[in-house]
Amino acid sequence: MLSLLRRRLRLATVTSRWPDVPAPLIDRAQPVFDPARCDLNGACARVCPVGAIVVDTRFALDRARCISCSRCIEVCPTGALAQGLTFAVPERTRSDLVEPRAAVATKGEELASRARHVLGRSLQVRHLDAGSCNGCDWEINATTNAVHDIQRFGIDFVASPRHADVLLVTGTVTRNLEIAARRTYDAMSAPRLVVAVGACAASGSPYPTGYASGEGAASILPVDVFIPGCPPRPEAIIEGLLLAVGRIVRAR
Amino acid sequence: MIETQNVAADALPETCAALVRDRHARLVVMTGTDERERGRGYGLYYVFALPSGDLVSIEAQVDPARPEFPAVTRVVPAAHWYEREVKDLLGVEPRGHPDPRRLVLHDDWPHGLHPLRKDFDGRRGVGRDPHPHEPLTGVRGDGVMEVPVGPIHAGIIEPGHFRFGGVGELVFQLEARLFYTHRGIEKAAEGAGVERVLFLAERVCGACSLSNAVAYSQAIENLTERHPGLRARIIRSVLLELERLYNHVGDVANLCAGAALQLGVYQGGVLKERLQELNAAVAGHRYLFSVACPGGVRRDLDAAAQERIRRESVAIESEFRGYVDALLETESFMERLVGTGVLDHDLADELGAVGVAARSSGVARDVRASQPYAALRPGMVSPVVRTEGDVRARMLVRVEETFASFGLIRELLHELAEVPPADLVTPIGPLPSDRWAMGMVESPRGENVHWVMTGASGEIARYRVRSASYNWALVPFAVAGNLLPDFPLINKSFELCYACLDR
Ligand code: SF4
Ligand code: SF4
Repeated sequence: MLSLLRRRLRLATVTSRWPDVPAPLIDRAQPVFDPARCDLNGACARVCPVGAIVVDTRFALDRARCISCSRCIEVCPTGALAQGLTFAVPERTRSDLVEPRAAVATKGEELASRARHVLGRSLQVRHLDAGSCNGCDWEINATTNAVHDIQRFGIDFVASPRHADVLLVTGTVTRNLEIAARRTYDAMSAPRLVVAVGACAASGSPYPTGYASGEGAASILPVDVFIPGCPPRPEAIIEGLLLAVGRIVRAR
Repeated sequence: MIETQNVAADALPETCAALVRDRHARLVVMTGTDERERGRGYGLYYVFALPSGDLVSIEAQVDPARPEFPAVTRVVPAAHWYEREVKDLLGVEPRGHPDPRRLVLHDDWPHGLHPLRKDFDGRRGVGRDPHPHEPLTGVRGDGVMEVPVGPIHAGIIEPGHFRFGGVGELVFQLEARLFYTHRGIEKAAEGAGVERVLFLAERVCGACSLSNAVAYSQAIENLTERHPGLRARIIRSVLLELERLYNHVGDVANLCAGAALQLGVYQGGVLKERLQELNAAVAGHRYLFSVACPGGVRRDLDAAAQERIRRESVAIESEFRGYVDALLETESFMERLVGTGVLDHDLADELGAVGVAARSSGVARDVRASQPYAALRPGMVSPVVRTEGDVRARMLVRVEETFASFGLIRELLHELAEVPPADLVTPIGPLPSDRWAMGMVESPRGENVHWVMTGASGEIARYRVRSASYNWALVPFAVAGNLLPDFPLINKSFELCYACLDR
């Protein structure tokens, strides 16, 4: 123990300065779309493994479904799709995650003021794996490491749904977890918020829906914030929680 | 080379037992298939590895009119979970199996429905059957309690249900009910294209994503006999070791969490985070998704990336050394690991343990040594083996392997620097019809096997993933006789993933 303490004293502070400085750039982020270059040829929609892109009389990219595989970017002949380098930001509704975005944002302000009103500014979070690949769960774990240090935002993870303000859901809601997921939510006392983490919880897209895999958290719970990504970076998860509680500062 | 023996279903136990007895073979994977559409029955494939590394496949067809066969488990215990799966998913009964309970399907799944039968439509939901709630453990007696835990746990971890049977804090028996995160990946792969299945393979498990993607790619490459060039193979090997590094380092840190040593969790967590940011910097993804593909790799490691890996690996290695030394000096921590959660050598051997768990109990299994793949050559990796079989042994094996990986990465980078830029993907072309092949990779958790069979027109007819997390079958044996509060520690020392077992 002493040797660990001694070692700690020698180590510099590692805590990330995000959101004051931007998160590191990554190049398996979701694509960016330039409508001026798009000629609606539909090549992207044909290669997308998860049906995140629909091209008919217009182009639509559903960021809740996108697993950032970059296949669409590779085949786009006009350069309308290009490699994004920053994580896709969380939103309050599924339709806010569809690109190009519809003009008016929805119930956002009202939720923000409600959340501020009922929850104050600090948050107790309960994680629920409803059938994931474990990737999102590991990223949630990473928010608690010394670098991302989610506690500096007044957010903490609790062991019981009874102590939680927010249910942080990963996974598609598999058949074998549906009952446990509903019970976990029911065990929380109101007011409570639900945040869906990753493509699985946001839409179920990574796995075809069927006898085993479901369509995400919103198919059984009232989701307040959707965090896109496969998996979302730790910063995106923190941002989604801040958005849920009405404390969001957009860092970009 | 794979040697194939077709036998009558009734001759399976005898043939498999003889292979184990006379040629010291070990069971690597077993798969059941529905080949009725191709004018056959249900296929059973038992793939064994010989000490030479060569594979032997014992194959049999089961008459659909009488879907049963004599269980191989009685003579080759390593088949126990595979044969239960065949019963659940295909409805083919292993006669005389010592444990005929359900494994993959939960109690509320209707009788007579089997997801991997071709006439089962995997795209629709299935209703729930009412079922009685039964105690899982067989422990009875004065003062005996059954403590249920999960499926939703108190930490940020995956779901699984445990029943601990015992007296006070002493656990006599542990029963695990798993497959909560069963997403039907194998069914979803049926009839899907090679590309779509790649993205499923990557998501069998987020923490071993690259290992799964490479094992799947190897299976496809073995089917088409089109293999990646040297540069792509070296890149695969480098990145696979980077995957091992962030897992192993994180697993050592997690062990500290199992013993509530917060300083250890914190310092190890920082190193894991640095390794994952290195992944993001050189491969674009903290979990190395979208990196490998059948035929090669989807991205290069240019000189700058190589230099970054070299520099960081030296820096992180020295940090890790300091961290481990400090842990080893922390007696209150190390004491808890000694003699805790012992996995017996013979049990590990017979039940088919793989990976760190096997090697910590004296069973020298490491695919990198026995069936070298990608850029690895025989002799480049020698398995790290310990014999104590306890939590401490599993920690020390990880530590030693971590140092070995740092060295191996630098050796591989040295080779990479000599290889001129080249096409990173060999076109694989269409799949041949009605054949099977497999790929094997030593993931951070152990041996991952992906087995792919094609149908009449070269579509994927059966995709079978046997991940290292089948080690779950061994955990209850290591827990019995220990104290309940030591379970998190034992569990974390195996560090198995639910997602890649459940699929
Ligand atoms: S998943 Fe996302 S990145 Fe991949 S093809 Fe679809 S839209 Fe493009
Ligand atoms: S969204 Fe992606 S990373 Fe997250 S659990 Fe699903 S498949 Fe895994």
